[in-house]
Amino acid sequence: MPAAAIPPLDMEIPYTAEARPDTGVYNAKIGLWLFLASEVMLFGALFSSYILLRVGSPEWPQGLLSVPIGALNTFVLIGSSITVVMSWLALKGNDFGKFKLYMGSTILLALLFISIKSFEYHDKFTHYFVKLKDGTELTGHIEGRPFNWSLAKLKASANAPREIAFHPDAPKQGEPVPDSTHQTLRLPVEQIAKLESFGPWRNTYLAIYFTLSGLHALHVVGGIVVMLYHWGAGHRLWRKSREQFTNRVEVTGLYWHFVELVWIFLFPVMYIL
Amino acid sequence: MSLKAFHVVFLISAIALCLGFGAWQVRVFLEDRGWLDLVLAAASLLGGVALIVYFRAMLRKLRDFSYL
Repeated sequence: MPAAAIPPLDMEIPYTAEARPDTGVYNAKIGLWLFLASEVMLFGALFSSYILLRVGSPEWPQGLLSVPIGALNTFVLIGSSITVVMSWLALKGNDFGKFKLYMGSTILLALLFISIKSFEYHDKFTHYFVKLKDGTELTGHIEGRPFNWSLAKLKASANAPREIAFHPDAPKQGEPVPDSTHQTLRLPVEQIAKLESFGPWRNTYLAIYFTLSGLHALHVVGGIVVMLYHWGAGHRLWRKSREQFTNRVEVTGLYWHFVELVWIFLFPVMYIL
Repeated sequence: MSLKAFHVVFLISAIALCLGFGAWQVRVFLEDRGWLDLVLAAASLLGGVALIVYFRAMLRKLRDFSYL
């Protein structure tokens, strides 16, 4: 039996720089749009789930997320869409230095987005709902801001405290101000019937929020990895084939715009409506 | 669809979001009189206007680029 022919390592992949005659565009662009079509189905299914869950829910929590922080993240992403287009235009103008500047700015803005998102997530996991055995329900923060405590964890810990210092939330606009507001309550652990953080298990709204925003954040991280690769190792391909490298940056920009467009829908749906 | 075409689609969505969010924040400010709501409203509306200016400049700059 003859040995299988091994293709040479430096074989030329067609249509990476020039347009394919039957599609009118280079191959990476077609591939990226097929990928984005599958992404539309993924996020579309999750948004549909959100609508169905919300329509079927007798009540829907409002004001659990900080609108100013969400708005800040929106501005950050809009800014990064402009810088990613500028980086592509810099390559079209044969200016690799400017490309590095704009692509670096896009990466920094993406990292800023992830940092703000992490802060938001941390805030949810240090925010607690407490139900006492007498039926009193409270929301607020435990002193020292412990991360993701539960009653079982609290009781099982080696130095289990006999009581916790609890700072109740300030009342929302229009709600009566209870006596306990602005006070630190000392809650005996044996009086606590339920203790849970505002994680995805807290209610349906937070479950769909963490699912959608977590999946979106994963996409942002994926984008950062690809852009870092272009920013770091990009100069090698730029020296070898300028057109191919410019096309790679264009498809990266297309992916990045899709991720941002998802956020443009996610922000009003999760933070405002 | 090229990056230019997707950027146009994205900018139209972003402008709509900024102006819509700004108008919503103005309504919230008129109800609650919170200074942060006013800051957010102003920032969003100004951001929307800045994006419109950028959108026009971008279209002029990219007029030789294909939408495909």
